[in-house]
Amino acid sequence: MGALGAGIAALGAGIGVGMIGSKATESIARQPEASGDIRTAMIITAALIEGAALFAIVVGLLSNG
Amino acid sequence: MKLALRALFLLVLCFGLTTLNAQHDTDDHGHASELTEQDSGAHGSEAAYDPVGTVMHHIADANEFHILGHYSIPLPVILYAPEHGFKFGLSSMFDHGHEAVDGYVLNHGRVNRVADPSFPSGHVHLSGEHPIHEDVVTVDGKKKDVAYLMHDGKKYMLDKPSTLDGGVLGGGITSFYDFSITKNVFTMLLATILLFIIFSIVARGYKKNEGKAPSGLQSFMEPIFVFIRDEVSRPMIGEKHYERFQPFVMALFFFILFCNLLGLIPFFPGSSNVTGNLGVTMALAVIVFIVTNLNGKKDYWEHIFWMPGVPVFVKPVLAVVEILGLFIKPFSLMIRLFANISAGHIIILSLIGLVFVFGENGTNVGGAATGAFVGGLFTAFMNLIELLVAFLQAFIFSMLAASYIGAAVEEHDHHDESHAVDHHHGGAHAEAVAHH
Repeated sequence: MGALGAGIAALGAGIGVGMIGSKATESIARQPEASGDIRTAMIITAALIEGAALFAIVVGLLSNG
Repeated sequence: MKLALRALFLLVLCFGLTTLNAQHDTDDHGHASELTEQDSGAHGSEAAYDPVGTVMHHIADANEFHILGHYSIPLPVILYAPEHGFKFGLSSMFDHGHEAVDGYVLNHGRVNRVADPSFPSGHVHLSGEHPIHEDVVTVDGKKKDVAYLMHDGKKYMLDKPSTLDGGVLGGGITSFYDFSITKNVFTMLLATILLFIIFSIVARGYKKNEGKAPSGLQSFMEPIFVFIRDEVSRPMIGEKHYERFQPFVMALFFFILFCNLLGLIPFFPGSSNVTGNLGVTMALAVIVFIVTNLNGKKDYWEHIFWMPGVPVFVKPVLAVVEILGLFIKPFSLMIRLFANISAGHIIILSLIGLVFVFGENGTNVGGAATGAFVGGLFTAFMNLIELLVAFLQAFIFSMLAASYIGAAVEEHDHHDESHAVDHHHGGAHAEAVAHH
């Protein structure tokens, strides 16, 4: 069950990070001079989403043990 | 062109190193799996590679630095049991679990204790290839790992070290406390010493080259300092207060970065999972919590307990949410760092474990070779990603800490003024863009 939960969490995080990536590249294409700021914001948001996914994975690991 | 060549050289170097490291890890694990085999042999069950156990053993803290086979670097142990007082020594006195000293034994690299007073004190040689056995028992419907050893035909249960969280995170208070310089503590001290040396050199450089261009190590570190100041402290804490918190933010960043990078080195000075240890990240998060709330201005507390600008009946609800948020913020800092670094270590160890899963524990050489090839390549790839994560997590931690501090020291009394300034800045920026 834990592994299943971790998998679902990874799915959600994948969708989230994918959306960030697509929007960020789109924004950089629209406004290349702001690429530095966009990249920073992208990395921060991606890390936040990853954090949420990792919460779920930790809970999955703990429930397995 | 020169830059491209340099990048290529770095990439090749990284790949070579990580593959070497992978091979080293493979050797290491070869031994581990051998041990597991013998262990299970002692239990009378069939030999099998236990991937989960191996991974968990490698990401856990230990009282000795395991090098290869039966070689390990001993670390000092400082143990305290309420009825016996302190016990000092080196972890080599336990002879890899074959020797009990005053009831203390080494189990999977950690010191455990026989709480039973009938167990003889002093040095006791434990017979058998692997004197410590493990079992799973069910207590109150929960599965629990227990360890025991057999001595003179009697079974003695082992106690794990006490955890100071009082059992909230699964540990608990047992019969002794372990204050030893463990792998993690050693690596933290090493990171501190390294930072001290590097920063002394850099500080001397700033005195020597005053008014001149930086040189040597100083010019390597300066872009990082400037980055932390311009991308983290200044925008997050604000122009007025950032200088006061710059040392704290930098200390957080560099300490986490060095611990992360040392953890990526798979042999002696590194290899420990410092920032992937919940205790370490909890200490960091608690420090951030204290610094944030000690520096909380009137506006900060007002926004927590009596949010201005919302209807009165919403205020108590928001106060509850804000007070919860006060604790959730450092908690998420703690979990984020711990989970990211631990997950990285687990993935790398699992990929190395493929060698033994495919090789069916030494019986299938072709499978082992395939596993080594696939696992080695993926490990090299993961190590590069982990290099990015090491920087990224140090950056995220310090940036979120800075943003919490920024929220605490922010003053709202000249609201309109700051907005006007923001607007002005925005306008200027748009103009500059239009000119381009």
